[in-house]
Amino acid sequence: MPIEILLAIIMLIALNFYVLLGGADYGGGVWDLLSWGPRASKQRALIAEAIGPIWEANHVWLILVIVILFTGFPLAFAEISTYLHIPLTLMLVGIVLRGSAFTFRSYDSRDDAVQRRWGRTFAIASTITPILIGIIVGAISSDRFPVIRSNFFKDFVLTWLKPFPIFVGFFALSLFAFLASVYLTVETSDEELRNDFRLRGLASALLVFVLACFVFLLAGEDAPHIRHVLVSSVWTIPLHLSTGLCAIGAIVGLWKRQYSLARLCTILQVSLILWGWGLAQYPFLVRPAITIYAAAAPEKTLDLLLGALIAGAILLFPCFYYLLKVFKERKAT
Amino acid sequence: MASEGCVEDATGALNMEDLIFARMQMGVSLVFHIVFACIGVAMPLLMVIAEWRWLKTGDDVYLTLAKRWAKGTAILFAVGAVSGTVISFELGLLWPKFMQFAGSIIGLPFALEGFAFFTEAIFLGIYLYGWQKVSKVQHLLAGVIVALSGAASATFVVIANAWMNTPTGFRVENGQPVDVDPVAAMLNPAALPQILHMDIAAYAATGFLVAGIHAFMLLKNKSNKFHRAAFAIALSVGASMAIIEPFSGDCLAKMVAQWQPVKLAAMEAHFQTESCAPLQIGGLPDTEARVNRYAISIPCLLSVLAFSDPNATVKGLNDFAKDLWPNIFLVRMAFQTMLACGMAMMLIALWGLFTYVRQRQLPDSDLFLKAMTLCAPLGFLAVESGWMITEVGRQPWVIHGVLKTADVVTPMPGLFVPFIFFSLLYVFLFVIVVWLIRRQVIESPT
Repeated sequence: MPIEILLAIIMLIALNFYVLLGGADYGGGVWDLLSWGPRASKQRALIAEAIGPIWEANHVWLILVIVILFTGFPLAFAEISTYLHIPLTLMLVGIVLRGSAFTFRSYDSRDDAVQRRWGRTFAIASTITPILIGIIVGAISSDRFPVIRSNFFKDFVLTWLKPFPIFVGFFALSLFAFLASVYLTVETSDEELRNDFRLRGLASALLVFVLACFVFLLAGEDAPHIRHVLVSSVWTIPLHLSTGLCAIGAIVGLWKRQYSLARLCTILQVSLILWGWGLAQYPFLVRPAITIYAAAAPEKTLDLLLGALIAGAILLFPCFYYLLKVFKERKAT
Repeated sequence: MASEGCVEDATGALNMEDLIFARMQMGVSLVFHIVFACIGVAMPLLMVIAEWRWLKTGDDVYLTLAKRWAKGTAILFAVGAVSGTVISFELGLLWPKFMQFAGSIIGLPFALEGFAFFTEAIFLGIYLYGWQKVSKVQHLLAGVIVALSGAASATFVVIANAWMNTPTGFRVENGQPVDVDPVAAMLNPAALPQILHMDIAAYAATGFLVAGIHAFMLLKNKSNKFHRAAFAIALSVGASMAIIEPFSGDCLAKMVAQWQPVKLAAMEAHFQTESCAPLQIGGLPDTEARVNRYAISIPCLLSVLAFSDPNATVKGLNDFAKDLWPNIFLVRMAFQTMLACGMAMMLIALWGLFTYVRQRQLPDSDLFLKAMTLCAPLGFLAVESGWMITEVGRQPWVIHGVLKTADVVTPMPGLFVPFIFFSLLYVFLFVIVVWLIRRQVIESPT
């Protein structure tokens, strides 16, 4: 396998971890914003407890994706950061506010008004950031990225402010919220609280389905090529079939209160959606012009980057395992 | 696509205003981030020393201290992590053609930094939330790993910056880098001296800031055990680093003299190329008349400092075209500020050391505590000035001698909007952090 492709796959793996771990942390913020009912404050406390020790480590996956992109595929990084300047900047603001507000809430006074203020900031930032991440993914998947530079509006606004990327944004948000609600069912031993997140999980599973349909329809206008690949490849049927099965497994698991099963199916479903996108995007990094090959750095750089990533993985995975073992094991059983 | 790097955009000619706002936004982001980054490197060391003292002596005051400093680290690390994320994106958002050119050459240390950051985040999570969940030894070890990976992160990032000053590991052909060798790029001549100077500075600045704050609290009540313990640990780290920092500065200056003579000339306000060049202290550089007015001159000392030889010739600014000069006034003032702060810190550190050696006890005379209180911010003033020298002193180049800053700025117009926005955001965050640290970390425990 050419090394460019191998690195693109590793980048997608890192993105997958970011979605499953970091994405769920954003989803937690969404459920903080939507906390209601008699157990609203308990819901918020559970979310804070689940996110607290791990969100910073989870956030680093995004840094890893960016670093692989700018080291391995500098041309793609330059194009994306030029023409998606506005959504990237807004996403950064979201990232800054989410992280700092969460930390400030943990260490500021226990006074209710203060806690609410930081909590609200954290929750709103957690909701807006995933939409922007989705918009960026939608923009690089559509066929309208500027090849000819024309004017400000076309180059810097219409590259992303269109129905298709925006719905990809909401789709990403629904996936993150779905992940978070399912994870949260196994984070508590309080049956009522668990049921709250079970119902939220079922509702968001439905929302994921509806938004997926919208994204698919809108792709006809803005992203016909990736849509075509998605429906007419040899892998089309097995991919959609297995994604569908996982989705059903997740819903059945939630319905029957088989939470570990639901969690497994949700993780697989979301990952399959991501890999389906990755397969359909191939060989492009930024549609419609920049391919993995065209953007790749010189071979020596790619070799060293691959070596660094392998060494890093060997160092890191045991550490991650240790982190999750310390904080997550007891409750999962 | 390959030809893209060097053509202007159809959207219009380069806008000078946008270039200035892009530089200011990058500058503000770095000025903000570097404070958190330095404390993020050094604070875990203080915290681990406190915990180690607790394990050794069983004195609970050290446990309180370790927990307080851990809280401080948590707040500062979180803000440092998110502001660092902003910078990694800003490299592309503001300077896309720089990243397109340099990504393949100097991306590698950023990748390594990513892993150091991962380890730091993982073990900080364990340190902060794991007091009851892991054994005491594992807990202390988690702290040690946080401290080590923080230093490693800083080291990798400084390597990338050093490469911008002394670029190696590639050749330029038709405006594109060829024969790219990322390892040779990492081993660039500025790397080692810059790493030493920055890493030591992080410990010195943080040590002085923390020691200064607790010195202020001790002035109110000298017998407070909490503040005495905090002062002792922070002073030992800050003072020992402040004493060795000037030596690393000397190495760095010799490197700059060799590889970036125009930067050295700007730092020293040295206009006339001469052998036995004098060192000038103070003064106001007049770039029109090309003299440094009102300065005290020490004969031959600049030649000695730059090349270890009193007869060495030191190139002056007159030997360089004026459009390749950095902003002489800013670089010179920043250099003087950094030197003054560094000297003051070294002297007070020696005073503390001398007192300790003679009396075998914590130096806690009113005079010493007052001096420490006054010197609390000097380390960070020096760090910010140092970055000013490094970055402003390299202009007009973004990669010294290879690419100009003006040629790599994004075609995106209206850059004053993100500049204003990020500046306000950073001011806001800074105020909140100071407020929280005061409440959570510094106040005397009841």
